Amino acid sequence: MSGRLQGWIVGAGALAAGLAALALGLQLAGYDAAAALGALWSGAFGSWYAITSATLVRAVPLVVIGLGLALAFRAGAFNIGAEGQFYAGAIAATWLGLHAGSLPAPLAVAVVLSGALLAGALWVAVPVLLRVRYGVLEVISTLLLNFVAEATTSLVVQGPLQESQGIYPQSDAIAASARLPMLPGTRLHGGILLALAGAVLLRHLFARTLWGFQLRAVGLGPRAAAISGRIDSRWMAAAALAVSGAIAGLAGGIEVAGVSYALFQNLSPGYGFTAIAVALLGRLHPLGVLLAGLLFGALEAGAGAMQREAGVPAVAVYLVEAVVILVVLLAESVRRGGMTALAAIGSATGVARGARN
Amino acid sequence: MTPTLELSGIQMRFGSVHALRGADFTLHTGEIHALLGENGAGKTTLMQVASGLLRPDRGQLRVGGRAWPRLSPRAARRLGIGMVHQHFTSVPAFNVAENVALAAGWPVAPGRLRRRVRELGERVGLPLDPDARVEQLSVGLRQRLEMVKALAAEARILLLDEPTAVLAPAEVEDLLRVIRRFTATGGSAVLITHKLDEAMAAADRVTVLRRGEVVLTGPVAAQSAGTLAAAMIGEAAAPADQNPPATISAPPAGDRSVLIRVESLDVGRDGGIGIALRGASLVVRSGEMVGIAAVEGNGQRELLRAVAGRIHPLRGVREVARPVGFIPEDRSTEGLIPAMSITENVVLGSPGSDPWIRGGAIDWRAARARAVTLLEEYAVTAPGPEALAATLSGGNQQRVVVARELSRRPPVVVAENPTRGLDIRATAAIHARLRRAAAEGAAVLFHSSDLDEVLALATRVVVASRGLLVEAPPGATREAIGALMLAGS
Repeated sequence: MSGRLQGWIVGAGALAAGLAALALGLQLAGYDAAAALGALWSGAFGSWYAITSATLVRAVPLVVIGLGLALAFRAGAFNIGAEGQFYAGAIAATWLGLHAGSLPAPLAVAVVLSGALLAGALWVAVPVLLRVRYGVLEVISTLLLNFVAEATTSLVVQGPLQESQGIYPQSDAIAASARLPMLPGTRLHGGILLALAGAVLLRHLFARTLWGFQLRAVGLGPRAAAISGRIDSRWMAAAALAVSGAIAGLAGGIEVAGVSYALFQNLSPGYGFTAIAVALLGRLHPLGVLLAGLLFGALEAGAGAMQREAGVPAVAVYLVEAVVILVVLLAESVRRGGMTALAAIGSATGVARGARN
Repeated sequence: MTPTLELSGIQMRFGSVHALRGADFTLHTGEIHALLGENGAGKTTLMQVASGLLRPDRGQLRVGGRAWPRLSPRAARRLGIGMVHQHFTSVPAFNVAENVALAAGWPVAPGRLRRRVRELGERVGLPLDPDARVEQLSVGLRQRLEMVKALAAEARILLLDEPTAVLAPAEVEDLLRVIRRFTATGGSAVLITHKLDEAMAAADRVTVLRRGEVVLTGPVAAQSAGTLAAAMIGEAAAPADQNPPATISAPPAGDRSVLIRVESLDVGRDGGIGIALRGASLVVRSGEMVGIAAVEGNGQRELLRAVAGRIHPLRGVREVARPVGFIPEDRSTEGLIPAMSITENVVLGSPGSDPWIRGGAIDWRAARARAVTLLEEYAVTAPGPEALAATLSGGNQQRVVVARELSRRPPVVVAENPTRGLDIRATAAIHARLRRAAAEGAAVLFHSSDLDEVLALATRVVVASRGLLVEAPPGATREAIGALMLAGS
């Protein structure tokens, strides 16, 4: 299909433009661009360990959250609060993980992840109710709840969930039985399987099920969906918002059970925000989200290596991310002949990032 | 004397819709000029051309004798052309003074601005509270604000698009007085309206548009309500149909089963405040085609949507056989999702009992096969079932909607302006489909803003006027029905 091919070309072009912008910027700032890009590459893909333990480990939360956001955006619900929902899931997972030591391993993991899922859903319940009852824009309410979630995390790691010695602002490690299984010799955990399964599931949902079809209809033509399709657009969008919140919460649980084993402030380097870009870059297609998550995971993994080996601040990769997003949005609006909902989310993402930094 | 505004030979197309077909319009200094016509006649389009919002495909525009081939909205404003739109253009979260400042380009210095806005309102005879937030104003006051905004921008030519549609009679009087004072001091005004008595009472001259062409223009004094109504509604038979009956044929035998029955139905205004339809009672039997004749905003939309189950009535009895095939007025936002394929749009209207939906899963192959059959059966010109609905012409889009809604052979069919903007062939095809549905036993209830279409299709005509339904007597003439439609105004 030519549309799909076009998507690939735009994606590849955007990545090339992003990397070129980074190289140019580094050169102008007096860094050795070639060495920096080399470090970026080797940090992301240079070895089996780099691929599994750096790139894939970072890609998992981006893909999981991105899939949930793709679902919400498809239904026209602009959830900008995945970061907060991620923390809500992480808090719940930590609390359950600390108390699940007596359960057998598979069950403990299931309890921890279900709790995280539920916590994410509860965290987004307020925006959902506000939208359904009072028409409050979820862009605002979900965004603002991010700050509340981060503050709450900071509070609980210095209070109820603080480690037993009471010195550091972080929790104790969760029970061994509540941790996700690992790929031997790496730091890659079972969450990757959940991310892959999620992508397959979401693809099936969009392509084959009535619910997925109705969800897309609500996003593409809310009035026609209501009048000709007899779909309750309002509830449909609300349900999509709730599901995306639950999935972001699940990502928080996976991060605790698979990577950190504990809760602390700044557990997430902005996964919830980056995942918005991942969902958009993946053009809200499950497989696209998978690839975009991989790309951004690689960029974040390579950024660390670039800082260590070439002395370039890790935040420089945000330049690549920004250029990639801009090029994709630009191509999208040229194709559709005007500003689109995607561009609107893109701008909202910019606001969210600006508010954060 | 040089006319202050002169439009000649204006042609305007929107895709397949010919909105203006060489319309001429002249506005003299100091006059109130009523612009009449049915929905879709091209009144608003013509005024949008005059205010620079639309650039015509052909035709010339002169302001004060000078030609403006590429008039922009900004240039129009500088020339003193102010348009008061039918849909309000104020910022709801701002207060009155801020909205006036926004429209007129006044500096926002709260104290001074408030005084200035208050003075202006009192001077022109439309007082407003400068501090009131627009979202809290009544519809009448919002209309007043629109007018004040145009005057604040020092317009010398006012283009008023149905300013009285939302006003109570006393408010209408106030507004007309302001317009008269405005023209008495050298301004000129175009008044778009549906209401003949208003045009007769307020205007100096009148122009009637019908299907994008000027069918009458001249001094109001030479006209009567009858001649204006005849010009608006048209005396010639619709070209779309081979044998339109000049009068309505008698209703079919009364022993057919009743498929639509509503009694004492009250329905709130769709997307607004107030009651649009009061105490409506109507029975439609199998095989009947009941046409609702009405001028926009008289409750016909609410009646049709309540019968189709798309809006909930406030009270009253509503017994309608299911499923209902519903052809909504706006095919591109309500009938179809343009960004989806034809197959997807066919699935969209599915009640869930179709063979391609099984246990919450969609069998796309079966759905596509169904779409292909419909495309053939309804003679839709499309590249294939996977083509996006947006890529089809208006007529083909409407064929898709009609195919989807009628192919299930619903016992009840409800259609709003089923052929608006379509060419003769598409119109004839859709008429044939609706007739066939009735012949096969469906109860068809429809509205068209084109009275010719109502007369051509209906076996029985019901007039909606000011939210009340009146059955036209069997054999009623076009003129009699036209009089009933306009009786309320």
